[in-house]
Amino acid sequence: MKTAPPFFRHGPGPFAKLIVFTCLSCLLIVEDLRFKRFHEVRQIIGTVIFPLQRIAYAPTFIYDEVKNFIVHFNLLEENAKLRRQFLENQEYLLRFHALEAENAKLRELLGAIERIEKSTETKTILAEILYTPRDPFSHKITLNKGIYHKVQLGQAVIDDKGVIGQITRIYPFSSEVTLLTDKNHSVPVQVLRNSLRSVISGTGKNNELELRYLSINIDIQPGDLLVTSGIGGVYPPGIPVAVVEKIEHSPSDDFSRIVSNPVAGVDRNRQVLILSMMQPPVEIPAEAKN
Amino acid sequence: MSRDKRLSADDYLKQDVYDTASNGYIALTLVLALILNFLPLPNYILLFRPDFVVLTILYWCVQYPHKMGMSVAFIMGLMMDVANVNILGQHALAYCIAVYLTLILCRRLRLFNTWRQAPQIGFILFVMQTTMILIAVLGGFRFPGWEYYFATASGSLAWIPVSLLLSVPLKQKPDPNAL
Repeated sequence: MKTAPPFFRHGPGPFAKLIVFTCLSCLLIVEDLRFKRFHEVRQIIGTVIFPLQRIAYAPTFIYDEVKNFIVHFNLLEENAKLRRQFLENQEYLLRFHALEAENAKLRELLGAIERIEKSTETKTILAEILYTPRDPFSHKITLNKGIYHKVQLGQAVIDDKGVIGQITRIYPFSSEVTLLTDKNHSVPVQVLRNSLRSVISGTGKNNELELRYLSINIDIQPGDLLVTSGIGGVYPPGIPVAVVEKIEHSPSDDFSRIVSNPVAGVDRNRQVLILSMMQPPVEIPAEAKN
Repeated sequence: MSRDKRLSADDYLKQDVYDTASNGYIALTLVLALILNFLPLPNYILLFRPDFVVLTILYWCVQYPHKMGMSVAFIMGLMMDVANVNILGQHALAYCIAVYLTLILCRRLRLFNTWRQAPQIGFILFVMQTTMILIAVLGGFRFPGWEYYFATASGSLAWIPVSLLLSVPLKQKPDPNAL
């Protein structure tokens, strides 16, 4: 039997190709959802598309530069304002130092151990948001600092008001931040008013966080500020995370539904700070090892 | 849809003549589409932004089914997945299904002019976005709400300018010395 001349040969038909690529995609999807082994695939593709992301970012960059140039004319005014703000903050800072000293003294009197904060030191890297995905499924953003700038996995990301999220993937020149609002992201927090500890999780919606599995009679009111507790060692203690918005009791449920809003501009800011906690590894007590 | 209206011989004569697109030109348009997709924009604009990458792929698929295939769509889909931080393979699979539908329909699509192609492309985009939602929901994400389909409507509207723009550099200039 003769084969078809090369002119008519088209390779496999569309349906065969579809099946091949569907299988390939399904493999990738399952791998990505369950096993997360092929980290390099993402790394390679991420490096390839980085220049394109940079180019796409150029208009925003130019806009910023032009705005900066115009803002230069208002520098005097801004300088005066910042000076005033600095003095106001200075007062707080002085009081803070006094309180810190007092606190240390009181702790000494009580015989309590020194605060963990002393052994931890935070270093910051200023980064800019390179890209926010158009996709409503992912609550993640891309920053313009990566391995090259010594960004590490698990570092906390904050803005001027509070916590934004945590670095979950790093590429050579960029990194990915999982936002607080991501469904799979949790932060150990503390109610500022009464030091109640809990864990706050995202809900997958913009501007909504949830305190899960707290009993109905718990002492939380709307308006309470939740700050990081520092437990777990990812987030330094005392950074604002969210404000409680409402508390719902449904009679059919054992737990109350506590909805809160993030303090930081989770989807607004352009400049953010990456915090790295220089914490010594936690020593596990001998009893816990067994 | 006015399927009963036959094309007359005049309609064929009035058609413009186009050069064949080179592989370089196709690659260039794909890169430009990626950059358009990566533009950082406010959320409310992002809601309505059509997916330029898939529109470009579909355009070349309709015009040159032998040049644009599922492998290119798959690779572009992977790029979108990494950039969008989705499940790896979500866009890739959706793009492949869109290309499959277009490959089946490409002869039929070429009979229509750009305006009449738009709703049919809209149907393909609808299937594509439904695939993406299915993958995400099966993967444990929250259903994003029906406004997710705004991009389908805007995509089928954007089909008209996109396909016109893509064909402009290929249009043959009339030879002034010809009779």
